[in-house]
Amino acid sequence: MIGNTKKWIGMAGAISVLAGQFLVTPASFAAGDNAVEEGKKISFDRKKGNCLACHNIIGAPSPGNIAPALIAMKSRFPNREDLHKQIWDATEKNPESAMPPFGKHGILSEADFEKVIEYIWTL
Amino acid sequence: MKQLFRQMTLMVITCGFITAAQATTPEEDLAAFQNFYKKRFPNVETSDFVNGVYSIDPVVRENWEAIEEFPPYEPFIDEGQAMWEKPFANGKTYKDCLPDGPAIAGKYPQWDKEKGMVMTLPLALNNCREANGEKPLKYKKGSINSILSYISFESRGQITNVEIPTDDPAALQAYEDGKKFYYTRRGQLNFSCAHCHLQNAGMILRTETLGPAIGHVTHFPVYRSKWGTVGTLHRRFTGCNKQVRAKPFKAQGEEYRNLEYFLTYMSNGLPLNGPGARK
Ligand code: HEC
Ligand code: HEC
Repeated sequence: MIGNTKKWIGMAGAISVLAGQFLVTPASFAAGDNAVEEGKKISFDRKKGNCLACHNIIGAPSPGNIAPALIAMKSRFPNREDLHKQIWDATEKNPESAMPPFGKHGILSEADFEKVIEYIWTL
Repeated sequence: MKQLFRQMTLMVITCGFITAAQATTPEEDLAAFQNFYKKRFPNVETSDFVNGVYSIDPVVRENWEAIEEFPPYEPFIDEGQAMWEKPFANGKTYKDCLPDGPAIAGKYPQWDKEKGMVMTLPLALNNCREANGEKPLKYKKGSINSILSYISFESRGQITNVEIPTDDPAALQAYEDGKKFYYTRRGQLNFSCAHCHLQNAGMILRTETLGPAIGHVTHFPVYRSKWGTVGTLHRRFTGCNKQVRAKPFKAQGEEYRNLEYFLTYMSNGLPLNGPGARK
C-alpha cells in the first residue's frame, strides 16, 4: 500500500494530489480493509463513481453494458499504475472513450479516488 | 464473456466515429448517419425510428403502447387549439402571421436568410405574438407546449425535410456548428451527445437504454412521465446537457437552434409523429 501510494504520487506529480494524500493516508491506515469497503460504496454510488452505469461487477444490481465487466482486474492490470491511469483519464489510452475522467475532471475527490482504486483492484 | 464485452465496446467505438470523421457534405453526413443505424439495428424499419428508444427495446415498448392508448398529451392538444384560435388583444390571430397553419411543423427548423439565422417553430410563434403586442411564451415549460402539441398533432404524417440552402454560406455554417456541438465533449463527465446516442445507441446505461439519434426530434413536444407534463425539444437538450454536469445553453439561443437544425436534418425522410409520450 505505501509503496504503491508513493509510486502513484510520483506519477501524478501534482502538488494538490500530494496535499490530498497527506490527509488521506493516515485515515486509510487506521481503517485497514475499510478502504476497500468504502471504495465499493463510492463505486456503486450514483452520485460518485456510478461505475455500474456502464460496467458489470459480479453481484451488483442492474448494471449497464456499455463497458467491459470489471473482473480479474489484477490479471488484466498487473501494474496498478495502469489501472490508476484508466480511471484517472480513460481518454489517454482511448481518445474516443465514453468513460468519464474521474481524476482529471475531479469527479471523485482525491480521497474517494484512491479508495475506488483500492476496491477495483480486489475484483 | 469478458472478451465479448470488450470486443463489443471496441466495435461500437470504431463504427461510431467513422461516421463523424469521414463524411463532409450534409448529404454525405445524412447518408452515413442513417446507414449507421440501419446497420446497427438491421431489424428496425427506418420509419420506426420515430418511436425513439421503443423502436429498439421491445420490453419497454409494450408498456409505452399501453400508455399511447390513452395519450397523456391529449388535453394539451385541445388547449393548444383554443390558443391557436383565440384572437390576440388586437383582434388578429396566429393565422395572420402563419397563413399555412396550423399544420406547419414540417416547415421547421428552416434557414431564415433575411435574419441570417435558423428559425424554429417556437421562435416563429413568439415573433408572431410580439408583432401583435402579446408577451412571448417561455421556451421550455408552460403553455408554449400546448400550442406546439396542437400544431404537431395537425402536422402528423408530414415528412421531415430540412433544407440547407446552398446560396447562403451562413446556412451551411449553422449546420456545421450544430454538428460540431453534437460531437463535442461537455461537462465534468465529458460526454458528447454522440457518445450516448451514436457510439452507444442500444446499449444500457444503468437501467436506461440509449436511444438512436435518428428520429429523435420527430415527436416533439413530448409528454414525459418524469416531467408529468409536455416539454419542448430544447428542454430535453437542457436535461441531456445537465446529466453530464455541463452548463445548459439558453433555450432558443443560437447553440440549441443550430443543434436542432443539424439533428432534424439527420432525420430527413422520417414522418412527423408529435406530440409523443416517453417515460
Ligand atoms: C459512462 C460509461 C462508464 C462509466 C460510468 C465508467 N466506465 Fe470504466 N470504461 C468505460 C468504457 C467504455 C471502457 C472501455 C475502454 C475505454 O473506452 O476506455 C471502460 C474501461 C474501464 C476499465 C478497463 C477495463 C479493461 O478491461 O480494459 C476499468 C478498470 C474501468 N473502466 C473502471 C471504471 C471504474 C472504477 C468506474 C467508476 C468509478 C468506471 N469505470 C466508470 C465506460 C465507463
Ligand atoms: C449520458 C448519456 C447522454 C448524453 C451525453 C446525451 N443524452 Fe440524450 N438521452 C439520454 C437518455 C438515457 C435518453 C432517454 C432514452 C432515449 O430516448 O434515448 C435521452 C433522450 C434524448 C432525447 C429524447 C428522445 C425521445 O425519444 O424523446 C433527445 C432529443 C436527446 N436525448 C438529445 C440529446 C442531445 C442533443 C445531447 C447532447 C447535447 C444528448 N442527448 C446527450 C442520454 C444521453
